[in-house]
Amino acid sequence: MKKSILQKMGHQLNAVVFPLIAIFAALMVGSLVILLSSNSSPLAAYKALFTGAFGSPRAWEDSILKAIPFVFTALSYAIANRCGIINLGAEGQFEMGALAATIAAVSFPPLPAILHLPLTLIAGFLGGALFGLIPAILRVQFGASELITTIMLNYIASQLISYSVNGPIMDSASSSYPQSAHMPESASLTAIFPGSRIHWGLIILLVCVIFYYVFLWKTTRGYELRVVGLNSTAGEYAGMNIRRSILRSMFLAGGFAGLGGCIEIIAVQYRLMMTSFKVTYGFTGIAVALLGNNHPLGMLLSGLLFGGLQTGSLRMQTVTDASSSVVLVVQAVIILFIAGRLMFRIQHGRHLRHKTLNIPPKAMEERGAER
Amino acid sequence: MEILQMHNVSKHFASVIANEKVNLSVEKGEVHALLGENGAGKSTLMNILYGLYTPSEGQIIYKGEEVHIDNPRQAIQKGIGMVHQHFMLIPALTAIENVVLGYKGNQAVLDLQAAAGRFKELAHSYKMDIDPWTRVEDLSVGEQQRLEILKALYRDAELLILDEPTAVLTPQEVDGLFDVIRRLTSEGKTIIFISHKLTEIMQICDRCTVLRSGRVVAHGLPISEIPDANKLAELMVGKDVELETITKSPQLGEVVLRVEGVNARNSRHLPALKNVSFDLREGEILGICGVDGNGQSELIRCITGLMPVESGKIEIDKHDVTHLKPKEILGHKVSHIPEDRLKMGMVAAMNLRENIILMDHDHAPFSDILGFLHWKKIDSYSRELCEKYQVRTPGINELAGNLSGGNQQKLVVGRELERKPHLLIAVHPSRGLDIGATKYIQQRIVEARDKGAAVLMVSTELDEIMELSDRILVIYEGEVMDIVKGHETDRKTLGLLMAGVRPENGHD
Repeated sequence: MKKSILQKMGHQLNAVVFPLIAIFAALMVGSLVILLSSNSSPLAAYKALFTGAFGSPRAWEDSILKAIPFVFTALSYAIANRCGIINLGAEGQFEMGALAATIAAVSFPPLPAILHLPLTLIAGFLGGALFGLIPAILRVQFGASELITTIMLNYIASQLISYSVNGPIMDSASSSYPQSAHMPESASLTAIFPGSRIHWGLIILLVCVIFYYVFLWKTTRGYELRVVGLNSTAGEYAGMNIRRSILRSMFLAGGFAGLGGCIEIIAVQYRLMMTSFKVTYGFTGIAVALLGNNHPLGMLLSGLLFGGLQTGSLRMQTVTDASSSVVLVVQAVIILFIAGRLMFRIQHGRHLRHKTLNIPPKAMEERGAER
Repeated sequence: MEILQMHNVSKHFASVIANEKVNLSVEKGEVHALLGENGAGKSTLMNILYGLYTPSEGQIIYKGEEVHIDNPRQAIQKGIGMVHQHFMLIPALTAIENVVLGYKGNQAVLDLQAAAGRFKELAHSYKMDIDPWTRVEDLSVGEQQRLEILKALYRDAELLILDEPTAVLTPQEVDGLFDVIRRLTSEGKTIIFISHKLTEIMQICDRCTVLRSGRVVAHGLPISEIPDANKLAELMVGKDVELETITKSPQLGEVVLRVEGVNARNSRHLPALKNVSFDLREGEILGICGVDGNGQSELIRCITGLMPVESGKIEIDKHDVTHLKPKEILGHKVSHIPEDRLKMGMVAAMNLRENIILMDHDHAPFSDILGFLHWKKIDSYSRELCEKYQVRTPGINELAGNLSGGNQQKLVVGRELERKPHLLIAVHPSRGLDIGATKYIQQRIVEARDKGAAVLMVSTELDEIMELSDRILVIYEGEVMDIVKGHETDRKTLGLLMAGVRPENGHD
């Protein structure tokens, strides 16, 4: 029994140590790329990267701003994942949230902000949430794999954006460029403090992160959602409605992403354009959720890291001659290592599996050690 | 002459010791029992021999030479065959296709005809005739097992490991298996017989080696020197064991569960239940007995609302529950100890307290109308439950998956009994548990009956069924063969019924 306490502590430690190892290893691989592709020393490049990301209050501000949409999409991936659904559609849900919010923001006659802003935010949430429901319905009704449907729906979302900014919501008054009108002030999020660029979206994000935690661990619906995610058969035997949990999780997942898309438009970009989503917010969010282990705090931290990498890469490119793409390599390698961790986990769960199912998995590491 | 010697074999998994300096010596031509509770290290030891694990230390001497077996392929080449508890056959392929699958002697172009010829001859010589061209899915469980044995013999196995071979067989099929074993040993083959069924070991084995917590407690003990099964049980668990569960005669009350003419189809749309009818009263244990896969699971799934009933009616406490949802049925004071605790009864990756509220999380006292969980109440309830049902755990925050099988089952049983059921459904309540935990859980079930619950118990263990049941319902291919009084029957009658033979018609 003592053993299992140690094991548990080990697992908790792993949750922190593994991501750190992954980050470190990814930076090592990145330094190889820098050595091969530029004349700068990796050390100098990383120094520039770090200063660019967290070296000054302004850098911090930039990194936080970049992190906000990533954490929203991370929440989207995470809450679906907690219910056993792999939501690869945060990208599309993010865009649909942005689209719905833009429509709500530009298509009303002047409204007081106290009405207009909540309306816009709700539209953003619902735009994403309803779009997230589509793959969930396809899954519970027809058993369609959400892996495929969510990815397909991403294309549909981006085509819808393209259609909208070229047609119905195109701002033909001020330019012929395919883009929406500028957000009216009544539907925009302002800075929290004058002089800073950190906007109220951060507060909304923190509320969402707290909601994520409270919902999953303090409410019956969230508990059911986790049961379904970990063992849906047991949930079924306990009389839970599996379908409803899946629908609920995807509704919330889409909602988180949609809110992120909404905030990106009404607090940062102010116009919906075809190029609004050049940064793949949805897919980076998956990376953030994986690195943060679907944990509220973990996702905030890893979101900040990814935001920082984005910000810092620009400075790195300016100061040294290392390409900003190195950051993409680092991000990709982090994900590879995190995915690799799942394999470690399988190795760790070995005795458990053996004990319970009597399936003898090959003892690979021990073999390796002996030879 | 010794065909196999394992010397001081140890196997450690990280901090877990599965085998510690185990010695095993098996003589040519004998049936050697490897006996021990679940988790005693029997399977680990055999997996080492079969090349699935590498031992941490120790040596294996096979036919007088030290050998290193790195994978099953090498084991097979050396003449070691293993028949797993869960057969490694592909149902959609024919018998002969299964036999030659992965066989070393295959040519680039398969000559199934020739292989079938050799197989037939082999099968005939051991009186285990199986048509090589039958699909495995059309073979009975007993035949599938014979096919597994033949598959090993086809590969010239001289040492056969049989892992819990009788678990899925009817008593008659067990007798058939024992005949085969005797024939094999008379041909000079050697058998290692893994089991925890004491009576069978007394019946078929020559010597036995007993493992307890990964260590050998009795080495090559001749069965003839063991007075009775109790002695073996004592060796196995290390203390005197009360083999009988005390049962009081039942005080029957109202009918709690009434099943009337129920028909249902399984997931493959084949009839799984055919016109099943029975009553179950307060204060009674009705044992459902049958070979695995004869409709027991479907019956339970129908009663608990997990599977649609095609026709017929199910009443609980005089309420029609035939088409209700699982949640509504659980609401009729029904508790369910499901057949597979890991898959159906608990969430291994959640902690104990989260598992304890699995059924009752959505109402008082564990949560309020707003849907918020009351963890303080859940915690104190969980601690009480663990104490009351002797769940050994470092704490209620421990993951359920980290508990031993016995403690997991105690957790599930405790959770279900604390719901104060009027109808208790217990499916294989003691499957995979050691004797101590088995007795504990059986006693709790009997207690629930004595307090007035109606108990529906499904088990494939005849001993358990006969010991606990007030009445026994025998099910065969989805049909009720007969319902007999628990104390007025014997193994032979039940065995025939389980095999689908009704006493009236004599032979089927």
